[in-house]
Amino acid sequence: MQLPWIILFTPLLSALIIATLTKRWRNLSAFVSVAAVLVSLAASIKLFCTPLPDAATAVLQIPWIDLGTQLQLPIGITLDGLSKAMLIVVTVIGSLIHIYSLAYMADDEGKSRYFAGLSIFMFSMLGIVFANNFAMMFIFWELVGVSSFILIGHWYNKPAPPAAANKAFITNRIGDFGFMLGILLVWVTTGTINFAELTTKLGALQAAPALATLTALCIFCGTVGKSAQFPLHVWLPDAMEGPTPVSALIHAATMVAAGVYMLARVFFLISISATALETIAWIGTITAVLAALMATQQNDIKRILAYSTLSQLGYMVMAMGVAAPEAGMFHLFTHAFFKALLFLGSGAVIYACHHEQDIWKMGGLWKKQPITTATFAIGTLALMGVYGFSGFFSKDSILIAASHHNQAIFILGLISAFLTAYYMTRLFVVVFFGKARTEHAAHAHEVPILMWAPLMLLAIPAWIAGYEKFIHPFLPVHEHGASSVPMIASTAAVLGILIGFFLYRGRDKDPIVIPLLANKFYFDELYAALIRNTQDRLAGVSDFFDRWILDAGIVRLVCSGGTYGLGFVLRLFQVGNIQGYAFLFGAGVIGLLYFVIFK
Amino acid sequence: MSPILFWIFSALMLGFGLAVIVNRNPVASALSLVMSFLGLAALFISLDAYFLGIIQVLVYAGAVMVLFLFIIMLLDLGPTQRRPWNVPALIGGVAVAGAFAVVVSTVIHRFPAGNKPFEPLHDKLTDAHNIGMTLFGGYNLPFQVIGVLILVATIGVVVLSKRELK
Amino acid sequence: MVTLNDYLLVSGLLFTLGFAGVLLRRNIIIIYMALELMLNAANLSLVAFSRFNGEAGLPNYNGQMLVFFIITVAAAEVAVGLAIIVALYRARQTTNVEDINTLKF
Repeated sequence: MQLPWIILFTPLLSALIIATLTKRWRNLSAFVSVAAVLVSLAASIKLFCTPLPDAATAVLQIPWIDLGTQLQLPIGITLDGLSKAMLIVVTVIGSLIHIYSLAYMADDEGKSRYFAGLSIFMFSMLGIVFANNFAMMFIFWELVGVSSFILIGHWYNKPAPPAAANKAFITNRIGDFGFMLGILLVWVTTGTINFAELTTKLGALQAAPALATLTALCIFCGTVGKSAQFPLHVWLPDAMEGPTPVSALIHAATMVAAGVYMLARVFFLISISATALETIAWIGTITAVLAALMATQQNDIKRILAYSTLSQLGYMVMAMGVAAPEAGMFHLFTHAFFKALLFLGSGAVIYACHHEQDIWKMGGLWKKQPITTATFAIGTLALMGVYGFSGFFSKDSILIAASHHNQAIFILGLISAFLTAYYMTRLFVVVFFGKARTEHAAHAHEVPILMWAPLMLLAIPAWIAGYEKFIHPFLPVHEHGASSVPMIASTAAVLGILIGFFLYRGRDKDPIVIPLLANKFYFDELYAALIRNTQDRLAGVSDFFDRWILDAGIVRLVCSGGTYGLGFVLRLFQVGNIQGYAFLFGAGVIGLLYFVIFK
Repeated sequence: MSPILFWIFSALMLGFGLAVIVNRNPVASALSLVMSFLGLAALFISLDAYFLGIIQVLVYAGAVMVLFLFIIMLLDLGPTQRRPWNVPALIGGVAVAGAFAVVVSTVIHRFPAGNKPFEPLHDKLTDAHNIGMTLFGGYNLPFQVIGVLILVATIGVVVLSKRELK
Repeated sequence: MVTLNDYLLVSGLLFTLGFAGVLLRRNIIIIYMALELMLNAANLSLVAFSRFNGEAGLPNYNGQMLVFFIITVAAAEVAVGLAIIVALYRARQTTNVEDINTLKF
């Protein structure tokens, strides 16, 4: 019975210990953090393997805010198949990345701070996984945002990371604003925000379609922010300023998947409105295609992987939108593993090339780093959805669902699959094949064991997680019968691989340059101009108001002028001017006469 | 009295009254005031107040205005200098005076009883006799008090006019 | 024919003229003369009312009594007032009322 609390609070404890006690001893802090996450991992596996009786799950909460029948916000634990599967993903990948960080961040000055941030992140993410009501989820949602902020801006002495951290947090906040509105709408219409209770109280929302659509879309705003969907996708590529393990853990496997997880959790709520589902599907599709297009022109290895994450998140959201939440969660599961693998692999490459991230300054690494190359290849094949690897099964289940739902979405999904294969092949060929393009690349060697062991451990699920026997204990996956979709999708992938391979083999610089894509469709410039413009206009309006209405109108005219005028009149009483007195007599008499006679 | 005469004497009175306040030369003002009093006396006569009309001419035009002229000569006041207008005071004065005129005319307008013609009096009105009877009969005490008042005024004038004893 | 209201109107206009003179002129003698105008306007209206309220063929002499007293008092007042003005002139050498402004507080 204590297991969920142990899982949840051990990382928090570790963060507190690091922050207060062991800050000065970096290695000790690292050890504390890794120990905490391993404890959580062990507890999660034990929890997963022992099924809990239903009656016990109801008691798993600490009452926090209790306003009687109006509102109850407990800190509660939900233990169902969904949360247990997510739990395994988070703790397994979290542990592997902690171990990887021991080597990657070995020489970093702020190691204590880093591991404290990782621990806080684990705590927050587990909170989201376990949350049994909207408020708790929202609190931990924000906490995850804070952890992301801390970790992206880890190297705060450089100018780029703090800016990227700000961007991430602010963009998230915009999404969270919509999320908050959605939660309030849910509470107002149904009277509860507890997930279990909500399943029984959907009457009010089912009766009012417009309200249901609004609520669903507001809640979806949270996903748009957290999972970096269009139009709030701009923060994720910039978030690559953080250390690579952070990118792997937070911005590939877990935090950005929280948005999708939330959608799966409250799918029963969102599915009331078909319009909302349609919107969600389209936003996911647009994100998938847009990100894939942008990825084909990036030159920083982490950016390419970031855009690929964006694209895959688009797939997951699209799956939610075409009413296939199991497919979406399946893809989340497999994506977590192979994307973490890819990021850790890229970290290994960056480490070996002395912190070089430009793919055109690498090359010929397959001879120097065989383990990295092999595991990276497995991850790439899984991502591209090649037959036999985990990504094939999950991506295809999404595409099958899409093909039943909406042909346009299905075709766009295929285009995105083709592009995915294309740019990943481009990445792989340029980084690992050919000959070394710089000194650093020529002198690269394999990374330490603490780094390649997690790679190998992650490669296993990246390969086999799609198979029925493996996935079945974790997630419910539908068996789709015979369909032509896998064939079509595989054809698209193979096409992409071939084109990518022949275009980029043996090149020293990019043969194709498309500025629109390379500049990310100028979204950043657009947003900056928009914000600057709005800010300027608002400032102009405020200035006008302040200068003309408040200052000239009220302060000068009314207050100052009034005081002067009043003083001017009252002065007549005092200055000794006889005619002034006579004037006041006359005015008084007339006033008196007026009131006596005319009123 | 026929209306024409009434309006002629009223116009006289008001016209010279205007001249009093408009003239720059104080002597001209004083003489205009005399003329205004004569017009006023004519109006008194028209109201069958013969005694008062005569008294007005004798006392006001004869004594009071002579005193004014004495003082003007004593102070040797010439025409006042032209000075630029004090606009706020001008506006205030005209506004108050105008407002007063409006108020007075409105009050009069609401007094319909005043539109009746005067009642006719006896043909031969022994005005001075009647005034004497009223004054020494019902108003004897105020009459005596007035006497004392004039005495006090005289003493006061003498005291006030003394020069400082060096 | 002439009615009471005409006399009252004339009296009001005369009073207004006097009042305007008090407010607008700067020479104190002129102001004093305008003051006299105001008193006379009151006299006129009193006499008019006395005539109006007459009964049994006689005017109401009470009004005319009051006028008598007003004239007397006005004469006394003019005397005293002019004495004061002379004293002021001797002290300040000016008849401009704006310079006589120490009557404060």
